Amino acid sequence: MAANPMSQFDVYRIGPEIKVGAFDISFTNASLFMILSTVSILLIFNLGSKKNSILPNKIQLLAELSYTFVSKMISDTAGSKAKPYFAFIFSLFMFVLFCNMFGMIPYTFTVTSHIIVTFVLAAFIFIGVTVIGFIKHGFGYLKLFVPSGVPAVLLPLIVVIEIISYLSRPISLSVRLFANMMAGHTMMKVFGGFVISLGIVGGWLPLSFSVALTGLEILVAFLQAYVFAILTCIYLNDALNLHH
Amino acid sequence: MVKKIYFQSIFFSFFFIKEAFAAESGGMPQLNPEFWVSQIFWLILTFGIMYLVLSKLILPKISKNLESRKSQILENIEAAEKQREDSDAKLKEYDEIISKSKLEANSIFNQAREKALKDIGAKREVLDKQIDNEIAEAEKEIDVLRKNAPDKINKIAIETSSELLQKLIGAEINNSSISAIVDDLSKRNGDKYYGN
Repeated sequence: MAANPMSQFDVYRIGPEIKVGAFDISFTNASLFMILSTVSILLIFNLGSKKNSILPNKIQLLAELSYTFVSKMISDTAGSKAKPYFAFIFSLFMFVLFCNMFGMIPYTFTVTSHIIVTFVLAAFIFIGVTVIGFIKHGFGYLKLFVPSGVPAVLLPLIVVIEIISYLSRPISLSVRLFANMMAGHTMMKVFGGFVISLGIVGGWLPLSFSVALTGLEILVAFLQAYVFAILTCIYLNDALNLHH
Repeated sequence: MVKKIYFQSIFFSFFFIKEAFAAESGGMPQLNPEFWVSQIFWLILTFGIMYLVLSKLILPKISKNLESRKSQILENIEAAEKQREDSDAKLKEYDEIISKSKLEANSIFNQAREKALKDIGAKREVLDKQIDNEIAEAEKEIDVLRKNAPDKINKIAIETSSELLQKLIGAEINNSSISAIVDDLSKRNGDKYYGN
């Protein structure tokens, strides 16, 4: 098991098999880490919002800094109209961040390294943003595919490109996060395997790589959560403020 | 006991079979659709609950905390600003009082000096007058004395000469002749003796 760098992504059942109709919704290690992430988020932010002191303690500061960080990110990219969606983007950012970060602990499972999870999130965002766009602008939302200032000759081509790029949004969004997480963890596992196979003599070099990679992966874990959230904001901005 | 070991061995053999199978299958476990539905279900469940709790309970509280802190800090800044203004005004008042009292002190000092100078002037005038008077009187006396001096000297000279002659010659000589000589002498040498 230890030798295969992909086996860390295995999903396995914990406890009995649960079936609803034809669907298997058994509790798995993925479910466990989703629950762990959400529970820790709720715990931290509940503790951080409980007391309101003028000089915040550490956990309150953490909660308030995260709040202002996300709120600034949204207002910078999507403007003040995006305020009603703050809670969703905040939850999204925190969920992805915590899942990524939990994955950095050895012997844990990275929820976001599974394409199905990131794809469901991205598809939900895509559908939500499209619905918001049509509600706000009606069929005028289709003007998104017709950029202004383009020669009439090129217009059919541009419209096709725009539609393709719009439709590929959920795929790029989900694959970006999933691939980053998977590649990083696989690489760490491979280097970890080298440490074992090269032993006490030659294992030090891959070990040092592993240490450096851990730092890099923590950065990537944060960065990908940030990218995921900020791209959501940008898509939301397109739907709320039609610029084209 | 034997039964327990038996069951355990079966359990662990299952475990190992599964492990061996997983290792052999290779590929990406992400593309195995076996648990996709379960993952979607649990994702929606956990994320949904988290979103609801965060948006309904926790985030409003954090926002309220931030707002209240902001307003309190603003209030404090306002109060501090007001106090600063107050103290500035007080400082100005204090400065005014100081400069005013300085001016007052200056004027009092000047008045006192003027008064003292006036007093000194008046007294000096009186004294000068007195001194002038005394000097004038003394000069008058001196003048009188000076006027009377030649007569007295003549008289003394006449008497002295008459007595001298009497002693030398032993005969009485007429005073009038001596006085004539003395007068003559004094007229001739008066300038030399009296410095007139």
